Amino acid sequence: MSIRERLSGNEATAYAMKQINPDVVAAFPITPSTEIPQYFSTYVDNGEVDTEFVAVESEHSAMSACIGAEAAGARAMTATSANGLEYMWEMVQIASSMRLPIVMALVNRAISGPLNIHSDHSDAMAVRDSGWIMLFSETNQEAYDNMLMAHRIAEHKDVLLPLMVCQDGFITSHSIENIELLETEEVRKFVGTYKPEHYLLDRKNPISMGPMDLQPFLFEHKRQQWEAMKNAKNVILEVSKEFEKLTGRKYDLFEEYKMEDADYVIVCMNSTAGTVKNVIDRLRNNGVKAGLLKVRVFRPFPGEEIAKALSNAKAVAVLDKTPILNLTGGPLYEDVTSAMYTLNMNVPTIDYCYGIGGRDVTENQIETVYNDLQNLNDMSDPYRFLGLKTK
Amino acid sequence: MKDLIEIRWHGRGGQGAKTASLLLADAAFNTGKYIQGFPEYGPERMGAPITAYNRISTTPIRVHSNIYEPDYVVVVDDTLLSAVDVTSGLKEDGAILINTTKSIDEIKPLLKGYNGSVYTIDARKISEEALGRYFPNTPMLAAIVKVTGIMSDEDFIKDMEGSFKHKFAKKPEVIPGNMQAVEVALKEVKKIQ
Repeated sequence: MSIRERLSGNEATAYAMKQINPDVVAAFPITPSTEIPQYFSTYVDNGEVDTEFVAVESEHSAMSACIGAEAAGARAMTATSANGLEYMWEMVQIASSMRLPIVMALVNRAISGPLNIHSDHSDAMAVRDSGWIMLFSETNQEAYDNMLMAHRIAEHKDVLLPLMVCQDGFITSHSIENIELLETEEVRKFVGTYKPEHYLLDRKNPISMGPMDLQPFLFEHKRQQWEAMKNAKNVILEVSKEFEKLTGRKYDLFEEYKMEDADYVIVCMNSTAGTVKNVIDRLRNNGVKAGLLKVRVFRPFPGEEIAKALSNAKAVAVLDKTPILNLTGGPLYEDVTSAMYTLNMNVPTIDYCYGIGGRDVTENQIETVYNDLQNLNDMSDPYRFLGLKTK
Repeated sequence: MKDLIEIRWHGRGGQGAKTASLLLADAAFNTGKYIQGFPEYGPERMGAPITAYNRISTTPIRVHSNIYEPDYVVVVDDTLLSAVDVTSGLKEDGAILINTTKSIDEIKPLLKGYNGSVYTIDARKISEEALGRYFPNTPMLAAIVKVTGIMSDEDFIKDMEGSFKHKFAKKPEVIPGNMQAVEVALKEVKKIQ
């Protein structure tokens, strides 16, 4: 039985964590993710979960505590944003190289500086090749659902990689919206008990973890991480199918909205996708064949699948919600266009840097993107800015 | 009620406009609607102008942006009338609700040519009489429910009793005062244009 509720994205995430009942949560508060450990610590205090809550003194320690707990054989979780994630950066790579399926809620916020507490994806993009699986969420519902699927994916024996569930700071993290929740019993049955094959507290099979790894084997171990990331794609699909059976809510590597006959396509992630859908419906009433490809699984990047889904478009716009300072396009644009190049596709594709530091993303802005796509005569100006103030 | 109504709140930090928008979302949710309630976070300082938003819809809400063309505007502090462009984008077939003791002649010049409905309420008097202190958000919440007609007075009163029991579980002594503020506000909100 699903439960009709209204929760903010942070409340939904904390509630998912409560239903999962992990062994350890270690976190340090940082806006806009602070509420997650705050709500969760209330559950701990009320005795509603069995979790050991570690109130660490920094994010570096939060990730270190998760690594220690997970290596010992426990299920560990954390939540952070922006500079908090940057401060744990060193340990983020250690977690993935030790193949520890830690799950993190990342509430996306602009990285300083200058200081800004609002949403963009610069924090997630700064760790995009750290060996973590990265799921993005349009709504509080998706943040909740992705969190319920997270451990099943991360802990799968063919994967064993840490995973982060992303959502937009404030825009979904602090907005109260309708949501369908599962009963806690159903969640616990779906998520299951964590039974690691190798762990430090297994006294009968003593091992050491994270030792020095020089010329003879580091390369091979990195290749194994690559294999795990490759395997993750199928595991994500399997788990998503099982989740659909349980809830009726369908999840894939990406979501296609009105893509069957779409000429003009926007590719984006997180909360902007909902706004794009509204614009598409309006444009379709005026005969414009507009479509959306919303990336859910950003790592592993489903490049081939995305390129194929875009192959019939006349023009594509990729929306990158991160400052682009390299002069060659944002991370999502680079991934999409290199996947197209590999498949020998030549669909005109332009990039928009948008929504930086919480700049509001409006339906009017999105409409101008579709207008640009319909009038895309040459590719001399592929790197653009959306919603930027001009004099 | 229309299929989608959009409401913009203007208040000052500390007056509870954000809480009121979340309580309104709660109340509409309890009538079976799809809702959004979200503040626009700026510098969080007592007294600084703040904005909060509500969408209330009969169908799922997908848009994730601020509201630029609201059906209703709620002004929790009338000093904002000259400081903030409160009628910006406000639809003429909508309404503005203002916490004030001023007359329409005093308010009119501050509304920048807005010709739609204007409602006022003295939330200070209601709050001070019912609660002994100035918490404008409860009367303003009741008044906007009345103005928008998203639910009947009876349903709203019942709903607020439930919310306050939950919200003030640790200080139940403030519940009767808050309920009084709700009931008086439902009666006293008046249309002056």
